[in-house]
Amino acid sequence: MSAVPDAPPRTLVGIEGVSRRFGEVAALDDVSLDIRQGEFFALLGPSGCGKTTLLRILAGFEAPDAGRVTLDGADLLALPAHRRPVNLMFQSYALFPHMTVAGNIAYGLERERLPRAEVRAKVEEVLATVGLSGQAGRRPHQLSGGQRQRVALARAIVKRPRLLLLDEPLSALDKKVRAEMQLELKRLQHEVGITFVVVTHDQEEAMSLADRIAVMEAGRVQQVDQPVRLYERPATPFVAGFIGANNLFEGTAAGDGLVVPALGTLPGGGGLAAGTPALLGVRPESVRLGEAGILTGTVADVSFYGGVSHIAVRVPGHDRPILVAAQGATRVRPGAEVGLGWSAADAVLIAR
Amino acid sequence: MTTEHDIAPPGAAARPTTGRAPRRPRALGGAAARLAFLGPGIGYLIVLLIVPLALIVGYTVFRRGRFGGVVYEATTENFTRLFDPLYFDIVVSSVRTATLTTLIALLIGYPTAYVIAGLPRKWKTIALVAIVLPFWTNFLIRVYAWVILLSGPGLVNETLTGAGLIDEPLQLLYNQGTIVTGLLYSYLPLMVLPLYAAIERLDPQLREASANLGARPVRTFWSVTLPLTLPGVLTGCVFVFVPCLGNFVIPEILGGGRSIMVGNLIRDQFLKARDWPFGSTLALAVIAVLVLLLFVQAWAARINGGAEDRRA
Ligand SMILES: Nc1ncnc2c1ncn2[C@@H]1O[C@H](COP(=O)(O)OP(=O)(O)OP(=O)(O)O)[C@@H](O)[C@H]1O
Ligand SMILES: [Mg+2]
Repeated sequence: MSAVPDAPPRTLVGIEGVSRRFGEVAALDDVSLDIRQGEFFALLGPSGCGKTTLLRILAGFEAPDAGRVTLDGADLLALPAHRRPVNLMFQSYALFPHMTVAGNIAYGLERERLPRAEVRAKVEEVLATVGLSGQAGRRPHQLSGGQRQRVALARAIVKRPRLLLLDEPLSALDKKVRAEMQLELKRLQHEVGITFVVVTHDQEEAMSLADRIAVMEAGRVQQVDQPVRLYERPATPFVAGFIGANNLFEGTAAGDGLVVPALGTLPGGGGLAAGTPALLGVRPESVRLGEAGILTGTVADVSFYGGVSHIAVRVPGHDRPILVAAQGATRVRPGAEVGLGWSAADAVLIAR
Repeated sequence: MTTEHDIAPPGAAARPTTGRAPRRPRALGGAAARLAFLGPGIGYLIVLLIVPLALIVGYTVFRRGRFGGVVYEATTENFTRLFDPLYFDIVVSSVRTATLTTLIALLIGYPTAYVIAGLPRKWKTIALVAIVLPFWTNFLIRVYAWVILLSGPGLVNETLTGAGLIDEPLQLLYNQGTIVTGLLYSYLPLMVLPLYAAIERLDPQLREASANLGARPVRTFWSVTLPLTLPGVLTGCVFVFVPCLGNFVIPEILGGGRSIMVGNLIRDQFLKARDWPFGSTLALAVIAVLVLLLFVQAWAARINGGAEDRRA
């Protein structure tokens, strides 16, 4: 989808074989990632999969049990936290309770021994950016949750670091403010050239903002890819089930699709050798409702979401209803017999 | 002390009529219960604090009786005598000794508490037990132990002469330094414990955030750790200063029995000089200093109050 850049992208942060255990829990298990200069990199994964732990290692608060981390090719782990050109926005904000909003934001600038007037100007500018100009004199406990989150964001971005680590930066904001902040982050990426690593639970946010996304599960990286490829070509069953809505079938790969004992052969693409145990994933929007199709079932439920309708269809022999997304309002009613079809190019085979 | 209405039967909540009916008896029972719980405490305060305090305050304006007690003739001479250099200097030097002890206790106690707060859980418990362990032995015995340690033929001098560092035993007892040592030894735990509580409660992420923003560890300490543990510092200082200022046992045993601190002076006024009114005046002066100190602490804690009130 995006043009291939002529020069190979330069790696800013190299993470090689990093592991971190907490007692029995492997928070990170042999994680390797390349984060490129100037890119917006998102970490996606269920709660407890190790996202925060990875950011804490990059920031220097946690040391890996094994593995290497480099920044610009130089060993990052050798640098103490306060000397790393990395700013982290904490998931729990970690605002200094005894300082005002302006004091919190100025703290990092004061450490650079900038002239006082310059610090003031920068603080005012960033407060305007996050929409908190009127709150400069307040203490954190006098702010709402969303306001505190924006102070934490402002405190992290005001230093314009090489690498900005954001742990759920926008989770407490309403839709409108969130959209504004997203634009602001993109602006920082493009105009200032900051490299972002952002943890988010919001898949749409990751999809729309990120250049690349790493999907993690239980301390392991499952797949690193551009949003579109992640969505269209999930590499593992976990990613297929985790990213977006998906209809998954279990069976064995055949030349032209997947053989499911109770359903027959389902068409799908993917270079799997015949006979391999596999999953077939079909996105709801790729499934067509029709008279005759690959499968037939009964409509169990119809819900209308404005632009799209979701139709759940029960198919005998398959334990979960098949989701179909149709444009606009649909005329099918619960109880109706329908056929389901898709083209082989829209269905992906995944080894399991 | 509950009425039968206080203990609702399991089905009570479901009954629609329980809304108003039990209110009045509960209020009565509540008052009785409150009195029953507060009574002993209030009685204790009246008998052991308010009455003696009133007596002390009252005595300060009367003349002394010849064999103790008071003669009810109003006078201000007790207060003028307070500023007699003979006594005033002792009050001042006591405040100085207590302040010095408190400062040293803070300088030793803060790093100790800091280290303990950073230990793994198991070692934390062991360290805290070790801190309070001396309290299990009688206070007097522990103070006398210092006499044995520091006396001419005592362990310290023996060791130093044995090592060839000194030729003659040092005079380690009966001076200001000995008193400070004794006070420090006795009250250091009262400094460490509130400091430990304050440091332990501090969110470690705040220190991380400081480092992340480019602050060296020393800067983090002065800008984040210390300001946020200031209430603990103040509490510890009050806990140490108060018993130090009024102490008379340690100056008596380790100070050689001279009236070096105001505590000894007060004791002597009551028991030796039999001048109850002047003893009361001295005691009142000490109380005044301590109350002032508590006000300062409360004020400083309020300034820092925003830090306590974290909703996140
Ligand atoms: N200091 C710690 N001591 C013990 N276990 C820890 C510690 N920090 C993290 N863990 C464990 O490591 C795992 C990963 O934690 P981490 O905070 O990185 O998850 P996360 O992906 O950020 O989750 P969330 O999305 O909920 O924030 C979890 O199982 C957690 O319980
Ligand atoms: Mg997290």
